[in-house]
Amino acid sequence: MMAETVKINGHQGDEVEAYLARPLTPGPTGGVVVIHHMPGYDESTKEMVRKFAAHGYAATCPNLYWREAPGAAPDDAAATARASGGVPDERLLGDVAGAAAYLRGLTSSNGKVGVIGHCSGGRQAFLSACMLDLDAAVDCYGAFVVGTPPEGFPLQVQPVLPLADKLSCPVLGLFGADDQYPAPDEVATLEAELRKLGKEFEFHSYEGAGHAFFAVDRPSYRPASAVEGWQRIFEFYGRNLAA
Amino acid sequence: MCTYLTQSGPIDGSGKGGSGWFTLTQATVYVDHPQHAPYEHTVNIDLANPKLGPSARVAVELTEEGALALIESIRAALASAPPGLASAHGPARPVAA
Repeated sequence: MMAETVKINGHQGDEVEAYLARPLTPGPTGGVVVIHHMPGYDESTKEMVRKFAAHGYAATCPNLYWREAPGAAPDDAAATARASGGVPDERLLGDVAGAAAYLRGLTSSNGKVGVIGHCSGGRQAFLSACMLDLDAAVDCYGAFVVGTPPEGFPLQVQPVLPLADKLSCPVLGLFGADDQYPAPDEVATLEAELRKLGKEFEFHSYEGAGHAFFAVDRPSYRPASAVEGWQRIFEFYGRNLAA
Repeated sequence: MCTYLTQSGPIDGSGKGGSGWFTLTQATVYVDHPQHAPYEHTVNIDLANPKLGPSARVAVELTEEGALALIESIRAALASAPPGLASAHGPARPVAA
């Protein structure tokens, strides 16, 4: 595979840094937009991008904090973005759309692009699937997909659940049964809404796992759930992003 | 969880970051996932100077107990010094009898 840092055109045509990894095969291959979590465009997220490439996908992660903190260390960039109010949904959508267009523009592309996000990125992945033309979305324990963000929420973000009827693609949801954000009843609410709307989705909740069980460098890591979760992700993308 | 909620306010002083001392102008406090501390959530404090760029930052990630103990330590240290000794306006002047 090849892994490199590239520039893509994000929201409003802004040039934004992105990490790209892709197999060195002519294709055709599907693409994956990886939305980094709130702690930033960091090593663990880039590792995930490479994992998708190792599994045969062209994958890219736009640096959502590029505008506030170009070239900064991921933790400093995350702190700067947070202090300045975070990433507005509109800009996020523009950057994900730009990343998807970049992947579809690769000569190796089969035209299909999925999205994945964890934590805050899980919500953003679901939002992207509602608002953009995508082929598969993976929401890993995204909080505030259901319900209203807490009082004092610093961002101009929209509630996501009412947008569910606009879902453009199948959704895979991976959750920890011990997680409170999202809590199991919120996951159940989301599931009921998607069923009511006749949307294609697949949810898995793992017992003994809480929030961020995929994060290999955090105490929240749950190897068995994460290993199984990765299997579900590759099965799901295999079905929905294949040529 | 990602609490998103962030308390922020002006501060006046100096901090030592990766490239040496610099003037601090802003403190940001939030309870969320840490970058480094081995806990799921911590009280994160960024002492920064946004005008100098993202790396002009002194960051700490404390447990709730650690953060509260720090508050008490700050209060105790201030209480043990003459009023206003560390004030930007200088120590309070004794009132003439």
